[in-house]
Amino acid sequence: MELFEKLAILAAAAKYDASCASSGAPKRKAAEGGLGSTTGAGICHAYTPDGRCVSLLKILLTNYCLFDCAYCINRRSSNVRRARFSVDEVVRLTVEFYKRNYIEGLFLSSGIIRSADYTMEQLMLVARKLRREHGFAGYIHLKTIPEASPWLIEQAGLWADRMSINLELPTAASLAKLAPEKSGATIEKAMDQMHARIAEAREEKRRFSPAGQSTQVIVGADATTDTELLTASATLYQRFKLSRVYYSAFSPIDHASSLLPPKAPPLVREHRLYQADWLLRNYAFSVSEIAACSNDNMLDLEIDPKLAWALKNRGSFPVDVNTGPREMLLRVPGLGTRAVDRILSARRHRRLRSEDVRRLTSSFRRAAPFLITADHRPTRLTDRVDLRERVAAPRQLSLL
Amino acid sequence: MAPRSVTLREGADLDGFRLAARGLIAAGVAPCDAVWQTAAAPSLFDGPSPENAAPIVLPREVRDLIQSVVCHRDPERYGLLYTLIWRVTQGERSLLEIASDPLVYRLMAMAKSVARDLHKMHAFVRFRRVAAEGSERFVAWFEPDHYILEATAGFFVDRFRALDWSILTPIGSLHWNREALTLGPPGERSDAPESDDLEAGWGVYYASTFNPARVNVAEMQKQMPKKYWRNMAETKLIPDLLRSAGSRVESVMTKAPAPPRKKDPAKAVAAMHDGDVRTLADLNAIISAADPFVPGGKRAVLGEGPLSPSLAFVGEQPGDQEDLQGRPFVGPAGQLLTRALAEAGIARDACYLTNAVKHFKYEQRGKRRLHQKPTAGEVRHYRWWLMKELEIVRPSLIVALGATAVLALTDKALPITKVRGPAMFDAGPGFITVHPSYLLRLPDESAKQDAYRAFVADLAHARSLAVQSRAGAA
Repeated sequence: MELFEKLAILAAAAKYDASCASSGAPKRKAAEGGLGSTTGAGICHAYTPDGRCVSLLKILLTNYCLFDCAYCINRRSSNVRRARFSVDEVVRLTVEFYKRNYIEGLFLSSGIIRSADYTMEQLMLVARKLRREHGFAGYIHLKTIPEASPWLIEQAGLWADRMSINLELPTAASLAKLAPEKSGATIEKAMDQMHARIAEAREEKRRFSPAGQSTQVIVGADATTDTELLTASATLYQRFKLSRVYYSAFSPIDHASSLLPPKAPPLVREHRLYQADWLLRNYAFSVSEIAACSNDNMLDLEIDPKLAWALKNRGSFPVDVNTGPREMLLRVPGLGTRAVDRILSARRHRRLRSEDVRRLTSSFRRAAPFLITADHRPTRLTDRVDLRERVAAPRQLSLL
Repeated sequence: MAPRSVTLREGADLDGFRLAARGLIAAGVAPCDAVWQTAAAPSLFDGPSPENAAPIVLPREVRDLIQSVVCHRDPERYGLLYTLIWRVTQGERSLLEIASDPLVYRLMAMAKSVARDLHKMHAFVRFRRVAAEGSERFVAWFEPDHYILEATAGFFVDRFRALDWSILTPIGSLHWNREALTLGPPGERSDAPESDDLEAGWGVYYASTFNPARVNVAEMQKQMPKKYWRNMAETKLIPDLLRSAGSRVESVMTKAPAPPRKKDPAKAVAAMHDGDVRTLADLNAIISAADPFVPGGKRAVLGEGPLSPSLAFVGEQPGDQEDLQGRPFVGPAGQLLTRALAEAGIARDACYLTNAVKHFKYEQRGKRRLHQKPTAGEVRHYRWWLMKELEIVRPSLIVALGATAVLALTDKALPITKVRGPAMFDAGPGFITVHPSYLLRLPDESAKQDAYRAFVADLAHARSLAVQSRAGAA
């Protein structure tokens, strides 16, 4: 099979992985004779018409697979066309694409062939060859196979910037039904191992998956509620200090299994989960606070979870921009962490009027009903029955 | 005061602006009296030369903002920046903390626009390869919004240090020959190559990674505005991808799940579950081929001795001699161990000898290779191999020699003096004693002799425990 033909198959096979981040790696420059750098922040080198960023060359080493996970297009019982790259082919594609500035680096995953160990070793060899023989200093994300022997994970961590193990389904029952070869306990054990190694290496100033580990859960392939998903994420963030949890709305796939629901979930559900996840990580929200403003443990699809919380807790508003504490300003719909920091900094020097706040946030209109400024006090606004309609951004529904 | 006019070089003339601002501030010229212009000619100053004016002391944030905003295309940028400097030097030192101030707001928006332009340039520059005899060059054509050419150079040098490349733009060009960067005159699109042999492959990737079930054109155009498209080959595929997306999704949704065409690879699945390492030879092959987890020796020094021995000894790591000879416990500490074993009535050949860490960790100091203690994290990297090794070797009793071995066997850092004696490890019954190298390091001769006698006594104790353990197992 010709190289680009393989590329078509193995890129299509990898596209259901939502993660594409190329951030979080320590800043690096190409050494003498080497190729590549990392800036700390990620770079998206193109966008496909699905609005998603193309940052890394995201491919599978092979889509032959001995596992039979119902949600996956590459499961062994699928009729999808198969292909396999050699280690050298992946290395060559990565280097040549990189030289033309198409990509930030490589995101390599694989179907399980022969054994988990054999497959993990092949992934590790690609990363090692890139680093060692090509002095490649770009970003490398390796998908980690939790069933592989621990020493292979240890070895892979020497070369990768980020490693990830996909949880895919957060409950044991769903795993048993849809991914019979996987076990939640094995996945957790591997995440735990990786967490311990990453923490030790940071302490000892050694290199081991410096950008941390992330995971992905599939949304809508089983009956798991949003509250259950967020609870699982909160646990992962806490126990294993994950950098990110990615939510991937289950996509209709060719050669689907009959175990799957016939319809894909609305993409906006995935979007709301990301927003809620963001609130957990950066805005000190708890899962129970978010769950309390969900409907039957499912997030409101029409308004974002922060607005949902504000509408449910109107008694906490309005907040005075000139005196309110940071924690409460962060709860105001429309105010992000950057806007709040700017407010805190500016109000040390000036009494802020509405006109000032308008320059500190781009969504003053949304925030106004919840804010008191030097020249504005929302009159009974928070009591209005139609507040939800007034503040819900009209584009919310057409967002995706 | 009469208006003072300053003419700066076209583009981002940071040096010219800096000099001019110094002169104006020194002369006490208010912003409303300064007129800023640009021309292709070098900087011109109206009035006394500012060469000798003192530098202006500014907060770092102000300096950074100036550096960024001079790249902006807005002709008012210098006037705005001068107003900022004026206000900061006239008592408003914390001005930048007030993002709600109209001037700060405007300058920050300009800086943001420049930052975005830089970011998009880093992202969307597309090099095309030009092959020349035995070498290659990469050339790109790009059209930035602002005067960011010089500001962007560092990024491309850091990233493509080992390549020869040129970036041509309507505002100037950058050339890198793997050693030095040259700034050149503006280029033309036609100066860059028309195609690249790999563009087709990139197009294949772009089209294949697109998910037709998630079309979101607005988001794509927000992040990758159309103005960039003409210099990005992959964007030619967008119309076709969008046209076919609907029907592709429909065909997926309406097609009933098909029964698998191939028969279930039951044998391969069984073999996969059975893929565990079973023999010492297999394990040793893995360890030998793997990379060291410690800086230093490249050669793995493997365990040595018979399977199912009554005693297995676990040391710290190979030393200089072990690394050279490729065998465990052959250096000074190993020789001492051999002697002590003999005195305790143990045949070295009948024991299995290995180390917690399989590579010699050292620091090169002149001609000498100085032993370095492995960190806890490094020991844990090797732990899985040791566990597997002991599982295969199956000794009656495992003797941990020293703290590193104890850490490897228990996953806990325990002081030898507290835990010396019989122990229970994850891998089976054990015994903890000191590492023979500890005996070598004792400065005082009589202490050395006492410690040696205690060590021999420990070994004899371990031997009797191993005999009991074996009898118990039988």
